[in-house]
Order: sequence, then C-alpha cells, then structure tokens
Amino acid sequence: MGHLRIENISKWFGKTQVLHNISSSFIPGKVNMIIGPSGCGKTVLLKCIVGLIQPEEGKVYFDNLDFFRASPEARRNVLRNLGMLFQSSALFDSMTVGENVAFPLRVFTEQSEKEIQDRVAYCLERVGLAGAQSKYPAELSGGMKRRVGLARAIALNPRYLFCDEPNSGLDPLTARRIDALIQELTTDFHTTTVVVTHDLKSMIEMGHQILFLHQGKAEWQGTKQALLGSLEALPANLQAFIKAAGVTQIHN
Amino acid sequence: MNLLLRGFEDFGQYLILLRRSFTGLLRFRLYWQLWTYESIQIGRDSLLLVAIISFFVGAVTTVQTAYQIVSPFIPKSTIGAIVSTSAILELAPTITSLVLAGRVGSSIASQIGSMRVSEQIDALEVMGINSATYLLLPRLFGAVIFFPILVIYACFIVHLGGIIAGAFTGAVNPTQFAIGARSFYEDFQIVFMIIKAVTFGFIISTVSAYQGYYVKGGALEVGNASTRAVVISCLMILAADYVLAQLLL
Repeated sequence: MGHLRIENISKWFGKTQVLHNISSSFIPGKVNMIIGPSGCGKTVLLKCIVGLIQPEEGKVYFDNLDFFRASPEARRNVLRNLGMLFQSSALFDSMTVGENVAFPLRVFTEQSEKEIQDRVAYCLERVGLAGAQSKYPAELSGGMKRRVGLARAIALNPRYLFCDEPNSGLDPLTARRIDALIQELTTDFHTTTVVVTHDLKSMIEMGHQILFLHQGKAEWQGTKQALLGSLEALPANLQAFIKAAGVTQIHN
Repeated sequence: MNLLLRGFEDFGQYLILLRRSFTGLLRFRLYWQLWTYESIQIGRDSLLLVAIISFFVGAVTTVQTAYQIVSPFIPKSTIGAIVSTSAILELAPTITSLVLAGRVGSSIASQIGSMRVSEQIDALEVMGINSATYLLLPRLFGAVIFFPILVIYACFIVHLGGIIAGAFTGAVNPTQFAIGARSFYEDFQIVFMIIKAVTFGFIISTVSAYQGYYVKGGALEVGNASTRAVVISCLMILAADYVLAQLLL
C-alpha cells in the first residue's frame, strides 16, 4: 500500500489563485475522496498530485519521496506505480480496447505476447468487459469506456489509483456500478485510491476519508463517519453543498 | 509589440518541445511501430495526390514555356531545359511540400490536438511516458525520410507531364525535351532538391506537431490549430526556400 501526503499546495492561473495551501494525508489502501462544487479546484489538485500541473508552492510525497524535487528517474518510477482514470476516460482512440489495456504492459514490461494477452483478459474480466478486446473506444458507451480506463489503470498493478470524476455523465445505475468497481479494485489490489467527485452518493458509497474543497481552500477533512455524524457540526459551505445535493436524509 | 513578443514566446516554446522530443526515449520497438504507421500515412497515402498535381504542374509549365518562346532562333529543346531545371530546383520540392503541408500538416496537428483535448496526452504523461518524444519523433523521422522520396517521385512525374503535354500539343517532341533536360543538368541540382525536401519535411512535421501539442479548448480550437499549422508551415517553407536558394546556389 502506498503512502501519499500533500503539503501546502498552492496554485495560481495568472493572477487567480485556484488552490490555497492545501495539505492532507491520504489513508493507504482506502478510497480517499476529494469533494466540492464545480470549479472549486478538485481536478487541479488531482493533476498537481500526479504531476500534470506544477503547483507554485507545496510538496507531494509518495512514500516519503518528494515528488517534485525527485530525479526524473525516481519520478518515472513513481508514475509507473500509479494508475489514473480520467474524466473523459482518455482511451487511445486509434487502438482497440485490448491494445489500450496492453499499452502500459508493452511499454514498461518485458512480458511475452501471451503473458500480455492473459493480463489484458484478466483486467477486462475484472471490470466486467471480458471479450471486449477487439472493440474500438468509439464503439463503447460512456460507462464501458470508464471500465476500460480502469482496466488500463490496473494493468501494471499500481499502488496508487486516481480517479477524476469517475461517474460524471453516467446514469445513476452505471455510476453506482463504477463506484462499486473502484471500491472493489481498491480492496483487491491494495491501492491507495484518490477519487475526485461532486457526487455525494459516490462519497457515501465508497469514501473512507473526505477532503472538502471550497473556492480552492480545504474547508473540512475527516472520515465519512464524522461527516455523516451531525450536519450542524460541519462548516456552512459543506452543509450547503450537502443540502443542495439532496442527501440530507443521510443525517437522519 | 505584443504580437512580436508572442512570436518570440511561441518560437521559444517550439524549441523547448523540439528538445524535449529527443529526451526520455523508450524502447526502440515502440517507435518503430509508430514510425511505420506515420510513414504509411505520409508516404503511401500521398502518392496519388502528388502524382496528379505533379503531372499537371509539368504539363502546364511546358505549355506556358512553349507559349513564351516565340522566336524561331530559340531551339525547342530549351523548353525541356527550362521545365526540367524548374522541376528539379523548385517545382518538385516546393509545390509538393506546399501540398503536403495541407495534407500531412493538418493531419498531424489535428491528430495531436485531438489527443490533447481528450486527455490522451495527459494519460501518456501519467504513465511516465514523454509525450513529446512519443508523438513528435516518429512523425519527424517519417517526414524527413519520406519527403525526399515523394519529391523525387514528384520530379519524375513533372517530367512525364511535361513530355506528354509537349508531344500532345506539338510544342516539343520527347527527344527534344530530353536533349534540353540533359543539357543543363548538374548532379548538385538533385542534392539541392533533396536538401530542400528534408528541410521542408522537418518544418511541416515539427510546426504541425507544435500547433497540435499546445491546443487548449475543444474541437473548434483543434480545427484552428490545424489551419494555423498549414498556414505557418507554408510561410516557413517559402522563407526556407529563399534562404536555401540564397545560401546554396
């Protein structure tokens, strides 16, 4: 299980500060949620953690390795232990589903073609898409694309799994299936998972630790039990967010 | 002033992308597959277009040259000399490259731009793959190797178009055309043509990849980047054409 910690992350786009000194320690082997309203900086924070965006200030530690100050080789090693599911799935559209899942295996391992095909079949089976190897991403539904994205993310047995809005744009039933799948993969693969979402139902479904962002600031963090405990004890913005999502009944 | 500063900024970013594309190489097999794919896209898929355009360029140049040579004291073989020299030095490399800037350049910019807006480039980076190397290098080598081949092929077709048009209109017969073509021929002209083709291939592949790589936004911006890639590539080809002629002839 990977240990992940962030310290005082701040990010500006031009003169606008989008993240304000955000610090958190994520629970290894569990699903950690970053929640908040649209535009609060959740995805920017996630992209800062995985190095797609360089924050102006702050540090990210993967197993006590300072990610931004590490050597290129050390950074590459971290990235090879990391799987990510993008909001748009980010499947390579010129490749089939099988080739997409096989891609990291072909690039980073010395496995034979048979071993790669076996691993692809296993990963696709885990996400409920056995036999879909020859399909192209354009032939898949939104939910299937997310599942292929997850299969690709777990192909190299990652220690960290990052999911950016994994169920946005999906119908409620498919969204819950994706949530259950992320939960299941986290448990089975012992990954430290970070999920960005504004869907409180997802948070209730699979969250273990919650980080609530509002206007780029970490307004509240704690366990799901603490969040579900008493609405009055939460900051006003989080209360408003929960009420707006229509899930206040969870507190009753 | 702002435009000038932006131009410098773009040029700096272009140089950084070029430098990045030669670092963090992965295993050779991966690039070989990509290079093969890109070479087919650039080379084989352009053959028909290049042939059609080159044929008509050769035919029109022959007919127009014949039209301008009205004096009975100028031998008809001069038409072959003019058409052949123009084909080798200018028509085959430059016209072919301008056409390929439209076909290959827009394709490279839109492919890479689409990958940018659909987060596929981010997916490569998160896997620890240098996306600049992965996306630019195979296209660059595909263009630099296949542009000279296409230009030599275009040069041959321009001559063929000229010979057929000359014979068909009675302006110059094939023998006179060949005598004229051989009378002014120098080996260096072929070297010059290949230098031009390599330079233009480099410009088209890198400028187009740069335009696609830094796209921000959605489908509309990908289209704009594709258009910009063609326009800037064409302008740079014309500028490089002049510089090469000035330096090497």
